[in-house]
Amino acid sequence: MEQDIPDVLMKYIASSILKQPGRGLQPDEALISSGLIDSFSLVDLALFVEETFGVRIDDTELNADTFDSLAQLADLIQGRQG
Amino acid sequence: MLTDFLSGSTLGAILGQYYRRFPERTAIHLLHSQRSDQALTYGELIRGSVGYAQAFGKLGIRPGEVAIIIQNQSPHLVYAFFGAILAGVIPSIMPFLTEKLSPDQYRASLSALFEITQPAAAVTYREFIPEITQARGRNAFPRQILVSDHIQPCDSFDLDQMAGMRSAPQDIVLLQHSSGTTGLQKGVALSHQAIFNQLNAYAHALKLDSQDVIVSWLPLYHDMGLIAGFLLPILCGTPLVLMSPFDWVRAPHRLLQAISSFRGTLAWLPNFAYNFCAQKIRDRDLEGVDLSSWRAVINCSEPMYWSSHQMFAERFRPYGFRLEALATSYAMAENVFAVTQGGIDNPVRIDQVEQRALITQQIAVPASDGPGAIKMLSAGAPIANTRLRVLDPKGQVVPDRHIGEISIQSTCMLTGYFKRPDLTAKAFLDGWYLTGDLGYLADGELYITGRKKDLIIVGGKNIYPQDLERLAGDVAGVHAGRVVAFGVFNERLGTEDVVILAESDQQKPQLVQKIADEIRDRVTRGSDVALRYVKIVERGWLQKTSSGKIARSTNREKYLQEFH
Repeated sequence: MEQDIPDVLMKYIASSILKQPGRGLQPDEALISSGLIDSFSLVDLALFVEETFGVRIDDTELNADTFDSLAQLADLIQGRQG
Repeated sequence: MLTDFLSGSTLGAILGQYYRRFPERTAIHLLHSQRSDQALTYGELIRGSVGYAQAFGKLGIRPGEVAIIIQNQSPHLVYAFFGAILAGVIPSIMPFLTEKLSPDQYRASLSALFEITQPAAAVTYREFIPEITQARGRNAFPRQILVSDHIQPCDSFDLDQMAGMRSAPQDIVLLQHSSGTTGLQKGVALSHQAIFNQLNAYAHALKLDSQDVIVSWLPLYHDMGLIAGFLLPILCGTPLVLMSPFDWVRAPHRLLQAISSFRGTLAWLPNFAYNFCAQKIRDRDLEGVDLSSWRAVINCSEPMYWSSHQMFAERFRPYGFRLEALATSYAMAENVFAVTQGGIDNPVRIDQVEQRALITQQIAVPASDGPGAIKMLSAGAPIANTRLRVLDPKGQVVPDRHIGEISIQSTCMLTGYFKRPDLTAKAFLDGWYLTGDLGYLADGELYITGRKKDLIIVGGKNIYPQDLERLAGDVAGVHAGRVVAFGVFNERLGTEDVVILAESDQQKPQLVQKIADEIRDRVTRGSDVALRYVKIVERGWLQKTSSGKIARSTNREKYLQEFH
C-alpha cells in the first residue's frame, strides 16, 4: 500500500483537479507554488487524503511550505500513518 | 436610524465622531488562522490611521494624490486605508502577490496600474519594496514608498487639523479597480457623498439596526468586500468580524463558526461560495455551530442560482439556518455597491419562466412546472436612491418581462473612471449608466439573465477574456490571434469554468499536450485564474465574424456542441 501513495495521489489530482485523466506528474513537480493546484481545490485534496489514507491535514497546512510536490505530500501522509 | 448623521459629511468627519463618542467600542474583530483573534476599537483604529496620515504628510504626499495599498488583511491594511483618508490622500487597495502568481506578470499589471493612475505613493511591507521599484521602471510613479513595518500608531494629535478634514463631500475619497490588465485601466473613482448616499439607502434596504453583526471573509480590493464587508459596518457602527480570504478558502467552516460565536446576522457571498460551503465542510467542523442568528446571507457579484440556495439551505438547516435568511443583491462598483436588494422583507422571489422563450425571444414568459421551465432568482427591488431602466439595443425602454440592457441612475454613481474621461463618457447614455448586464423587470423586481460584454465571472471575480487570450497567444506553437477564452457554467461549483481554445498546426499528441500545459501554466501564473479546460484545435476550427474577429460566443456554442 505504501508504495502506492504517490500514484493514488497523482491519479486523483490529474483526473479530479486538473481534469486531464491521462496526465502524469513528476514526484518533485511543484503543485501549489506553480499554481497547478489552485486554492479552491486545496480543501478537496485535504478531504481526499483524509478519506483515502485516514490522515488529517490541517487547513493551516494547506500551503507550499508544508508540501508542494507528490513526494512531499506522500512523505507527510506516511509519517502520519505511523 | 444608524446612518442619519452620514449625510453632507466626509469619511474623516464620521471617523472623528466615532473616535470622540465611542473610542472604546470594538470596530473590527480580526480573525487569524494561526494566532489569537484581535479586537480593534475605534480609538485604536484612529491612532493607527493617524500614524499613516502623518507618514504620508512627511513624505510630501498631498491631498488628492493617490496611494496604492498592497498588504495582506491585517490591522496595517486598515490603518493605511483610513490613514490615507485622514490625510486627504485617495487610497486604492490592490491584491497582494499570491504564491502562485508569476512575479513578472504581477509586475506587469502593477506597471500598467502605475502608468494610468499615477499614484504618488505605494504602501507595502519591506520585503515587497523590490516589486514596487521594478514595476516603477522608468515611470516617475509612485514617487514614494511607505514601508508599513516602520509606521507606528500615534497617540498625540489634533484630528481637526488633519488635511482630510478639509475635504469636501464631492471630492474623490477612494478608487476601486477590478483585476487583470484590462480591469486595471478602469479605476472607479467615488466621492464621499456617493458613499454616504449608498450607505444610507443600503442600510435602509437592509433594515440595519443596533443588533446587527456583519461577518466577512471577502477581500478589500473588491467592492463587495470593501463596501459591504468593511465601510458599511465601520461607518454605521455595526460590529465587523473580518477574516482573510486566504484563510477562508482553506477552511470555509470558519465563516460559519464565526457567525455562531459572534451571533452574526449579515454576510455577503458570491454564488460559488454557497456550493463551496455546502460541499466542502465536514460535519465535525460544524459541531456546536448555531446559525439561528443569521438573518441574511446575501448572494451577490456573480450570476445567482436557485440550486445553490437550495444546496446551502439543506446543508445548514440542521444547524439552525433559516430558509428566510437567503437574500440576493445586484451590485457594482460604479454605483458604489448595491443597485438592488431582495429577500429582506419577504423571501427572495422565484420567477419560473419558459427557458425557450427566454433564449429565443428574449422574453420571460411565466411557466408552470415542467422540463421547459427554469427558476430565476430575483435580485430584488432597487434601493431607494437608485432607478433602473431596461433598454433595447437602440436605447429604448422595453416593457416588463422583456430582456434588455440594465441601465441605472442614482445619487451614488462614480465620479468617473480615474484619469479616463473617454471611458467615462462611453459608459453613459443620456445620463444613464449602461451596466453591460442583461436582465428584465417584473413586478418591480430585477432578474439578471446574462451580460452584453464577454466578461467571465469566476468566484465573484471579473475576468476579461482578452487578458487570458493574450497570455495564451504568447505560447510557442499557438497561432497568433487564434485563441479564444470564455466561461461555461458549472452547476456543481455554482460558478463558471474558464475554457481556452487555441489553434495549432501541431498534431503529435505529446506536443499538443505540451502546448496545452504551457498555456495552462502561463494563464494560471499570469492571471490568478484557475483554468479548467484547455483544448488545442486544428487550424481553421475557430470561427470568425465578418469583420475578421474571433467571436467568443459563436466559438463557445461550437465548443459546447462538439466537446462538452
